[in-house]
Amino acid sequence: MTTAAENVIPIPRAAAKRMSIIVTKGSLDWAYPPFILATTAAAMGLEVTMFFTFYGLPLLLKQLDLNISPLGNAAMKMPLAGLHMTMPNFACMIPGVDAAASRMMKNLIKKKGVASIADLRGLAIEAGVRMIACQMTLDLFEYKLEDMIEGPELGGAATYIEVASQSDINLFI
Amino acid sequence: MADQTLDAKGLNCPLPILRAKKALQTIAVGGTLEVLATDPGSVKDFQAFCNTTGNELVESGTEGKVYRFVLRRRS
Repeated sequence: MTTAAENVIPIPRAAAKRMSIIVTKGSLDWAYPPFILATTAAAMGLEVTMFFTFYGLPLLLKQLDLNISPLGNAAMKMPLAGLHMTMPNFACMIPGVDAAASRMMKNLIKKKGVASIADLRGLAIEAGVRMIACQMTLDLFEYKLEDMIEGPELGGAATYIEVASQSDINLFI
Repeated sequence: MADQTLDAKGLNCPLPILRAKKALQTIAVGGTLEVLATDPGSVKDFQAFCNTTGNELVESGTEGKVYRFVLRRRS
């Protein structure tokens, strides 16, 4: 008779812990969590893979054009002269409001010593973070591979699942 | 006296950790790195960084508005 423990087939595993992140959003605010976590995890010795899909895919473009919209974002309260300013939805229809909000956010980022997305992306690449660009999204939104930064490989859902099944931490952002 | 000092004052999360990791790599195993930071989150973050990476947090304290950490490279 064998015990349960003897029947367990050991899964071969690298010594380092692994983390994967599905990056699905590409606005100026939502671009932060995946890059902050990827760079930090890599600095802490984890092997990190980022899978860029849907609105996250443009984060791999050479020319980043990151913006934010207060529309429908009830939690967005920008600090202004000691107070917090909210933007009513109707005001977001006025041309230039989104651009102004984006500018305001970029100024805040600089003022508070927060890294830019381009910087964090560069640090992630430097730290050896593996990046996978979703082939289907590339086709769907008609992006060209030559407009993307060097380094990311193309892959699909199965590529991600293989990575995720061998990871200790899997995040969907 | 630490072997090297990293001035991370004015930098926000996760830059103090990322810069510290880079600086540690330029120090011999067993050597020490002093980090100066103003990000209050760095107090817990440097502890967590050391817990996870196996490097040693030799000192963690404040001098005025500046947080001071001393890390010893262990691997």
